[in-house]
Amino acid sequence: MRDLSAVRQGPYIAASPLVRPLPPATRLLLRGNSEVMASALGALGLEFVETACRAASASGRSALWLGPDERLLLAPQGQYSEVFELLCAALAGRAHSLVDVSHRQCALEVSGPQAGPLLNCGCPLDLDPAAFPVGMCTRTVLAKAEIVLWRTAERSFHLEVWRSFAPYVSKVLALAARELTP
Amino acid sequence: MLLINCPYCGERPELEFVHGGQAHIARPGDPAECSDQQWAEYLYRRDNIKGLHGERWRHTHGCGRFFNALRDTTSDVFLATYKVGEQPPTQAQLKGVKA
Amino acid sequence: MSQGLRTVSGGRINRARPVRFTFDGRELSGLEGDTLASALLANGVHLVGRSFKYHRPRGVLTAGPEEPNALVAIRRDAARVTPNLRATEVELYEGLEAHSQNRWPSLGFDTGAINNLLAPFIPAGFYYKTFMWPRRAWQWLYEPRIRAATGLGLAPEHPDPDSYSNRFAHCDVLVVGAGPAGLAAAQSAAARGARVILCDEQPELGGSLLGEADPGASLGENGRDWLADTIRGLLANPRVTVLTRTTAFGYFPHNLIGLEQRLSDHLAQPDCRQPRERQWQVRARQVVLATGAIERPLVFPGNDRPGVMLAGAVRTYLNRYGVLAGRRAVLITTHDEAYRSALDLKRAGATVTIVDARNGASGELAETARREGLAVHTATTVIGTRGRLRVRSIRIQRLDAHGQARGATERIDCDLVLMSGGYTPSVHLFSQSRGKLAWSEGLHAFLPAESPEKVRCAGACRGVFSAAAARGDGESAGARAARDAGLTVDIVIGEPQPAQSSGTAAAGDLPQPGGAPPAKAFVDWQNDVTSRDLLLAAREGFRSIEHVKRYTTTGMATDQGKTSNLNALAIVARQLGKSIPEVGLTTFRMPYTPVTFGSFAGYTRGELFDPIRTTPIHDWAARQGAVFEDVGLWKRARYFPRNGESMHAAVARECQAVRSGCGLFDASTLGKIEVVGKDAVTFMNRLYVNGWTNLAVGRCRYGILLRDDGFIYDDGVVARIAEDRFHVTTTTGGAARVLAMMEDYLQTEWTDLSVWLTSTSEQWSVIALQGPRARQVLEALVQEVDLSAAALPHMGAATGRICGIPMRLFRVSFTGELGFEINVPADHGLAVWEAIHAAGEPHGITPYGTETMHVLRAEKGFVIVGQDTDGTVTPDDAGLTWAIGKQKPDFVGKRALERPAMHSPERKQLVGLLTAQPHVVLEEGAQIVLDARTTPPTRPIGHVTSSYYSATLGRSIALALVRAGRSRMGQTLYVPMPGEDLAVQVTSPVFYDPKGSRLNA
Repeated sequence: MRDLSAVRQGPYIAASPLVRPLPPATRLLLRGNSEVMASALGALGLEFVETACRAASASGRSALWLGPDERLLLAPQGQYSEVFELLCAALAGRAHSLVDVSHRQCALEVSGPQAGPLLNCGCPLDLDPAAFPVGMCTRTVLAKAEIVLWRTAERSFHLEVWRSFAPYVSKVLALAARELTP
Repeated sequence: MLLINCPYCGERPELEFVHGGQAHIARPGDPAECSDQQWAEYLYRRDNIKGLHGERWRHTHGCGRFFNALRDTTSDVFLATYKVGEQPPTQAQLKGVKA
Repeated sequence: MSQGLRTVSGGRINRARPVRFTFDGRELSGLEGDTLASALLANGVHLVGRSFKYHRPRGVLTAGPEEPNALVAIRRDAARVTPNLRATEVELYEGLEAHSQNRWPSLGFDTGAINNLLAPFIPAGFYYKTFMWPRRAWQWLYEPRIRAATGLGLAPEHPDPDSYSNRFAHCDVLVVGAGPAGLAAAQSAAARGARVILCDEQPELGGSLLGEADPGASLGENGRDWLADTIRGLLANPRVTVLTRTTAFGYFPHNLIGLEQRLSDHLAQPDCRQPRERQWQVRARQVVLATGAIERPLVFPGNDRPGVMLAGAVRTYLNRYGVLAGRRAVLITTHDEAYRSALDLKRAGATVTIVDARNGASGELAETARREGLAVHTATTVIGTRGRLRVRSIRIQRLDAHGQARGATERIDCDLVLMSGGYTPSVHLFSQSRGKLAWSEGLHAFLPAESPEKVRCAGACRGVFSAAAARGDGESAGARAARDAGLTVDIVIGEPQPAQSSGTAAAGDLPQPGGAPPAKAFVDWQNDVTSRDLLLAAREGFRSIEHVKRYTTTGMATDQGKTSNLNALAIVARQLGKSIPEVGLTTFRMPYTPVTFGSFAGYTRGELFDPIRTTPIHDWAARQGAVFEDVGLWKRARYFPRNGESMHAAVARECQAVRSGCGLFDASTLGKIEVVGKDAVTFMNRLYVNGWTNLAVGRCRYGILLRDDGFIYDDGVVARIAEDRFHVTTTTGGAARVLAMMEDYLQTEWTDLSVWLTSTSEQWSVIALQGPRARQVLEALVQEVDLSAAALPHMGAATGRICGIPMRLFRVSFTGELGFEINVPADHGLAVWEAIHAAGEPHGITPYGTETMHVLRAEKGFVIVGQDTDGTVTPDDAGLTWAIGKQKPDFVGKRALERPAMHSPERKQLVGLLTAQPHVVLEEGAQIVLDARTTPPTRPIGHVTSSYYSATLGRSIALALVRAGRSRMGQTLYVPMPGEDLAVQVTSPVFYDPKGSRLNA
C-alpha cells in the first residue's frame, strides 16, 4: 500500500497581480485564558501582548489575536509536531483547547501600493495605516466571505480564508484588481 | 449600516455583527420550577420599544463575542455597549451621552 | 441643422471639437463639454419628451439633476439601453444615440396626447375611482392598458453586459458638493490635516459657479485666484480624494454615505474591461453637506410648454454652454436675483421682457435692468401661454392693490419663458440623516436644524445663497468638521454665515382672474400634477401631506419632487388654512437621483453572486460527470450518471451497489465542531437531548439538538475522542447556526463551564464508505485500526492512519448497511478518496450522490432535519423519543417538551406511506386528507415530507407528518392531486431491514 502523506491538494486560487497564495502551514487554534496564552506564546518564543487585534511574530511563527480567549498560532508546515509538543508541554494541567486547523483554511498574501484599496473593494474596515497599523489582525469580511486579515507590512496583508471560500475570495480580488492595475 | 462599538475590538461596521435579540433575558436557573406561563414568557415575550432598548449583538465576524448594547431605536444612536456579565450603565452614567 | 443658437464666445465648451449625436434618429451636432440638453437647445430643439399622464409636449426645464421633463433613453447597443436619464446630466460623446420616451408613434405626433384633451376627466385619483368594476378586469384589462398609456422609459430586455464595482472608504470629513461652499469646506478641512473626500455629481468642480460667465468673480476678495488655487490644492493633496461624476445618493445611519461614481457613461468608447460605475460606501467621521439649492418654478396656466424654463437654467445654458435658449424671452419672477438671467440674455442679444408679480421692484438688479432698457412689468401675473410644441406667446394681467388679477391683459409674443420663484435649499441628504428641518418664514424655505448624525451644512443648502457668503460658510464648516473629527485645530475658525433671503415666494402659484384654480398650471411636471389636483385632494378631505402625496402622486417618481415639493406644500397649506410648517414636509427618501441596479449589485453577480463552496473531492466528481445540487452555498454531487443515464436509472444503480457491494460518498460538507475542555461532557449533557456521561471514549452516538422551545433544531453523530474532547457533527446547512447557538449558551448562560468550541468543518474531508463489502475495501488501506466487528462495532470510533495519513474513523451508517466514515485532513481528501476508489474497484465500488443517500436513508426511516422536520417537530413527533436521556434534570428544550400541547395525541407524527399504486411516487409537500373526493376547502391532516422510488423494494416509499399518525397504522388516507385522489396506506417509517441486522454486520 502506498504512503500518500506527501500528496496534498489545496483549494483553487485565482491568479491576479496583487495576490499570492502562501504555502501550506501549521495552524493551531488555541483557546483559553490569559495565563494559557502567555505560556503558549512563551513556549513558541513569541512576545505575549494582551492587546486586542494584535499579532506577535518571530522566526516564522506567529500568534494572531482573534478573540479574548482565542489565538490562531501559525508556523511552517514542517514544524507541526515540534510546535504541538511544545504547546502540550507548556499547557499541561491548564484548562485550554488546542485544535489542529492546518487544513481548515489557507493563506493569501495581498501586497503592493494598491493592496489597501483592493481589499476595500470587499472589506469594510478602514485600512489606513493609522487605523489599521502593521501587526493588526482581526476576523472580518471580504464581500460575502469571512476572512482573517493581518497587516504584516505597510503594503502587505496576510489573509486566512476557509478553504471552500478561497476560490471565491481570490476571484473577487482578481476581478477588483482589474480596476487597480491597468 | 450601523457602526457598533465592540467592547473588545472597538468600532466596527454592522456587516461583522449579528443581532441577538433583547438583552438581559436569562434562562431560568431551574426550568422545572417554571410554570407553563413563565416558560412561555421566557421563550416568546419581548419588548418592542420606541426609544432606549437593551439588545444583544455578537461580533460574529470579529472576536466572536456576544455583548450587550443600549440603542435608541428612534435615532439608532448607541448609548453604550458592555460585556456579558456587566451591568448596563445607569441613567446617571448615561447623562451627557448624546441620544 | 446647425447650432444656430450658439453664442460666439465664452462658456466651458470646446468650440474646436464638434461632437455628432442623434436624437430620435435625427443627426445633430454639439460641442465637447455639452450636455445632451445644451446640445439640443443649441440646435433649437426644445421638445424633448411627453408627459407621464397627459402626454403633453415637454421641454428642458432645468440644467441639472432636478430635471423632471427631459428624460431620455441612451442606447449604446441592444443590451446597453439606459432609460430615464436626465438630458441635463447626460454628457455628450461622439456618436451618442438618444431617444425620447413615452410617445407613440413620434414625439411630434403622439396619439397618447388624447389624454390631454380628456384631462378635465382625469383628475387626481381618477384611476382609483373609475376602474373599480369589475374587479377582475384590473388584472387583464385596466392595469396593462394604463401602464402602456402612462409611464417613463422602457427597461432593456437583455442582461446588462457592463461590470460594476464597490469600494468601502473612510475619511475624517466627507464634503458633498463642490460649489463655493463645498470647495471651501474641503480646502479648510484639508488644511487642518483631515483626510477628506470631496464628491460632486458634475464632471468638473465648481458647482453653481460653472453657470457664471466669470466663475471666480462672484467669490469676493481674490475670488479668481482662490478658486484656481483651491482646486489645484485639493487635486494635489494625497489626503484628499476628489470624486467627480459622483452623486451622494443616500445618507445611512452612523455617517455612512452611498456614492455612485459614473466612470464611463461619458466616453464614446468605454473600455469594456473596466467597470461602468463604482458604488462607494463612505464612513465619515464628519460630513459637510454643500448641496446647494434648487430654483423654484412658478405655477401658472400653461407653465409646462417647451420653452418655459427656470431662469437660472437659461443663464447656465448661456454662460456655461454658450447656448441662447431663445431670442425673444419673457422673465416671470417674484424676486430680484432672477434679473441676472434677463440681463445676461439681453447682453447676449436677446430681447427680454420682465414680468414681476411683486408690487414694485427697486433693488439694484431691477434698476440695472431698467437702465439697460428692459421692459419691467411689476404687479403683473401670467394667466396663460400658447404654442403647441413650443411656447409662442404668454398672456399677462395687471394685479390690483389687493393682488387680485383684475386689470388689463396683454399678450406678449416670445419663444422663451424664464420663471423663478426663488430657491429651495437642497436638504435631501440632511433629511435622510434623520435631521429635523425648521421652516424659515424669512426665506420661505425649510432649513436644516438638528440631526442625530455628525453632519453640518454649508452654503445655499442652509440658506446662505451668495457665492461669497457660501465660501465663508464653507470655510467655517470645514474647519469645524476637522475639529470635531478629532484633528488639532490651531487656526482661527470663522463663523458660519447668516442665512439670507432669496426673495423666494411662499407659494409659487401666481394669482389668477376670479381667484379660480387655473387649468393646467403644473406643480409637478414629472407626474403631471396641477394645482387644481392638489386643491381637489384637499377638498376631498385629505389633510396629511403624506396622503395628498399618495393620492395625487405629487413629489413621487424619479425626481422625488425636487422642483415641486414646496409649491405643492404651500398650495395645500393655503387651502387647508394652515401654515406650511403645520402641514409639514413629506419624507425625503434615498436615492437622491436614480441609481442603477448594477451598482448596487457590484461584484455580486454571476459566478460571484454567492460564494460557491466545493469539497476537496468536487473536481473528481465533476470529471466523473456528476450532476450537482446546491445545499446552502455548497455544491454536492447529486448522482453520477453513466452513459446518458436518467437520474432515476443512476439512482437505482447506485442504491443497488450500496445494498449489494459498496458505495463511496463525499460527506465533507457535514458541519463539524470540536468540543474540548474538562466540562465538555457537562456541556453536551446540557445542550443535546441525549445522555453523554456514559458514552465511552471510542464510541459514537446519534445526537439531537433542540431549541428551548422544544423543537428539533439539528442532529448529527457525535464521537468521543477523549474524556475531554468530542467530535460533533451537524447537518451541512446547520453548521454555522449550531456553532453560534453553542457559543451563545457558553458565553451568556453557562459561563461556569470550562469548554471551548472550534469549527473543524473544513479541516476534515469526510468519505463515507457504505455497503456489505466496505470492510474488505478498507482493510487493505488502514493502519493501526482493527476493523473487525468485535473491535470496531457499529457506532465505534477509532483514530489511526489510512495510506499513511492520520484519520478519525467512525463506524456509522446513514444507509442501513455496514459503513464507515473516514475523516482525513482536507488537503489529503482527494488522494484518500482515489485510493479507496481504486481499492474498491474489484468489489464494484460505486460513487453515489445525495439523491441516492436520500433514498437509502428513507428506506431506513432516518429523518433529515429540515426536510422531514420544519421547526415545529418534537423528538416524539419524529419517533426519536428513544434518544432522550431520561435521567437528565435539564437540557435545552426539555422544559418546553413538558407543555401540554407537546403531548397532544393530535400532534403530527412521522409515519411511512405506501401508495396503492406501487409505481406512483408522491409529490413532496403534497397534502394528505382523510377522505377521497371531498371538495375543497378540506382540512388536510398532514403532508408528505420525503418521497422516492425505491429500487431495492421495487416500489415507491414516502415519509409523512400526519396528525395522530402512529394511531393510524394500516389506515388508508388520500393525497389529492390534479385529476385524482391517490390512496396511500399508513405504515411504519422503516421500510427496510427493521431489525438493523445489516448495519451491525
